[in-house]
Amino acid sequence: MYTYRGIHSSWISWFLSSKGNEYFCEVEEDYILDRFNLTGLNTEVSNYSQALDLITDQLADDDIQDELRGALDVQARLLYGLIHARWIVTARGLAKMLEKYKRSDFGRCPRVLCQSQPLLPVGLTDVPYEKSVKLYCGRCEDLYSPKSSRHGSIDGAYFGTTFPHLLFLVYPNLIPPKSGPVDMTQVSSGTTTGSDGKRRKRDEAQEPTPEVIGEINTASVALKAERYKPKIFGFQVHEIAKLHRWQEAVRDRQVARLEELDI
Amino acid sequence: MSRRQPQLYSESHLPPGEFEEEQLISGTGEGDEIMEDAHGEEEEGYSSSTPTSTLTWISWFCSLPGHEYYCEVTEDFIEDDFNLTGLNSMVPFWKEAMEMVLDVEPDEETNKIPDVSIVEASAELLYGLVHQRYILTRMGLQAMVEKYEQGIFGACPRVFCNGTHVVPCGRTDIPGHDTVKLYCPNCSDIYTPPSSRFQGVDGAFFGTTFPHLFFQSYRELAPAPFWKPTSGHSSSPTSSRSVSPEAEVPDENGQPGQPKRVKPPPFVNPNPNGGQKRPAGRVYQPKIYGFRVSEQAKSGPRMLWMRLRPQDPEELDMVDWRGRFYDDEDDEYDHEDGAEEDRPMEDFDPDGHDDDDEEEEEEEEEEAHGGYPPQGRTRADFRPPSQSPPSSAPPRTPRDSPVVQAALGSKLTVRGAEGKGKAPGILRPIPATAAT
Ligand SMILES: [Zn+2]
Ligand SMILES: [Zn+2]
Repeated sequence: MYTYRGIHSSWISWFLSSKGNEYFCEVEEDYILDRFNLTGLNTEVSNYSQALDLITDQLADDDIQDELRGALDVQARLLYGLIHARWIVTARGLAKMLEKYKRSDFGRCPRVLCQSQPLLPVGLTDVPYEKSVKLYCGRCEDLYSPKSSRHGSIDGAYFGTTFPHLLFLVYPNLIPPKSGPVDMTQVSSGTTTGSDGKRRKRDEAQEPTPEVIGEINTASVALKAERYKPKIFGFQVHEIAKLHRWQEAVRDRQVARLEELDI
Repeated sequence: MSRRQPQLYSESHLPPGEFEEEQLISGTGEGDEIMEDAHGEEEEGYSSSTPTSTLTWISWFCSLPGHEYYCEVTEDFIEDDFNLTGLNSMVPFWKEAMEMVLDVEPDEETNKIPDVSIVEASAELLYGLVHQRYILTRMGLQAMVEKYEQGIFGACPRVFCNGTHVVPCGRTDIPGHDTVKLYCPNCSDIYTPPSSRFQGVDGAFFGTTFPHLFFQSYRELAPAPFWKPTSGHSSSPTSSRSVSPEAEVPDENGQPGQPKRVKPPPFVNPNPNGGQKRPAGRVYQPKIYGFRVSEQAKSGPRMLWMRLRPQDPEELDMVDWRGRFYDDEDDEYDHEDGAEEDRPMEDFDPDGHDDDDEEEEEEEEEEAHGGYPPQGRTRADFRPPSQSPPSSAPPRTPRDSPVVQAALGSKLTVRGAEGKGKAPGILRPIPATAAT
């Protein structure tokens, strides 16, 4: 068997502990063993059944020739990645990724005014071999490239386009406030405390469950967002200030629209 | 006058090529940490300086790891007292620091200072403060633009800035408050440098004014404030078609795709961006299973405005000095806000080289606009298989279904895996191509 056998109990634990795979979470065995969850993947992955046997530790040592191991390993990673993309948009997968988010396993937003807001991985496409993984910031709602090249080369399809947005859809009380320092304890307790008055209506501790979404009002949170104001010798830069005014006018229209709907 | 030279300069000097690659491509991460470890000792080592070569203190200082953003201030500039006005009260051991920076053999009396590292800290402060002033001069700007064009300062980490080069800056001009940051002229925002080795560099040594004076001085390097999507039909004499769409896509190394100037046809405005370059104008549009997340969801997009640009100068002028649309003076925004709001997002397409799809998307967008929520028009493009029936909460069984739940208002609308049931009000249909 592979050398990982020595230290790791399974292919998955070996894969997760490999350098560069820090963004991946563990897909539970039950999920992989339910073939229904893998529907269609046999056409995406060549050597599908051997790759599946490998990641589920069903492959005996003599089942495979040495020269094929490299190729099979590539297919096993692809298969795990594609299963992973499906898994992290299930309730249990979301919960696993939430744990990693709390630990800032995906890094923090490089935007200064986001105050080191933890990020979430996202793909620009759900098709493998097209775009590398990006990082989504729930505070500025923008995408960033991973700082490290070993993360920058991970396939974005292994995380998919949906994951971070589904996370905040299902757990809207985890949407980061637009201003103030990051407080990840709010993520564990499910309460949000901070300077964002509109969203501070919920004081009592709540579990981050989908049941509590009713009280959140995010219509005007954009007004809390801080912006960098370029200055030359202390004076605003005319051209940029003008663009900012235009953007803020767009923002104010959105706020007016959403407040009318009481969202 | 004799030159003093720190011993370790040559070992700690980083070949520019190596740095560039690390900064722009890998950005950081592992490689970074390794590099820091490797150089950490030498960084300490610069305090034990002894004269060994003809390299000046300034050249040596600028070659230290983490000092890549500094340009070399000319000795002429430092020797001109006028340029130092007010600084001597900010720098302890002024005279000794000046001697060190200018490589002047110290007087006998200097030996009174017990620890040379005190003078070295003063020399660094002195150099930094002079540097802050120097890079605002014609010569300093010139030195910095050379570094900028080589990509020494790195690229914007924001995906849709397409690798726009950034410049160093400070959040304050007073030393000792905050570390150096990077300003991106495309998104007009500031970022933390990707490598921790810049965490020891004071932002005040670059200052608050520099980036903006820089981009006013080199206007052609600054992206224009307005942006018109390049789509097949919208080309008009004033549209920004002088750059091919592909030119915006960063190459596979993540290197900025410098817009290639395409020779404009005779009838096209040769200067569509007013002497500035065409910006990277696309914005990120969150999607769930291929559907755009509507702003009407509680978790819907709230920050798109911060990255939007008007299509042209005329649209930019539609806002008054208070930051309100002239049209909104009477608080009448309903009649046209949709067209106004959604227009800049219509052509959003992360891959950006599919004009046909963009048009299709526009049409769908308009349709979806009329009747909201778009009942009956749902189309999930990416849907993992599921056996679980619709439920009001993520199922807790191991056999989890993908939970597509539309949280509109306080309701939690659930769509079954078959796509039947209520259309998720927060999700807008988009073409299959955009999700795949
Ligand atoms: Zn952010
Ligand atoms: Zn940028």
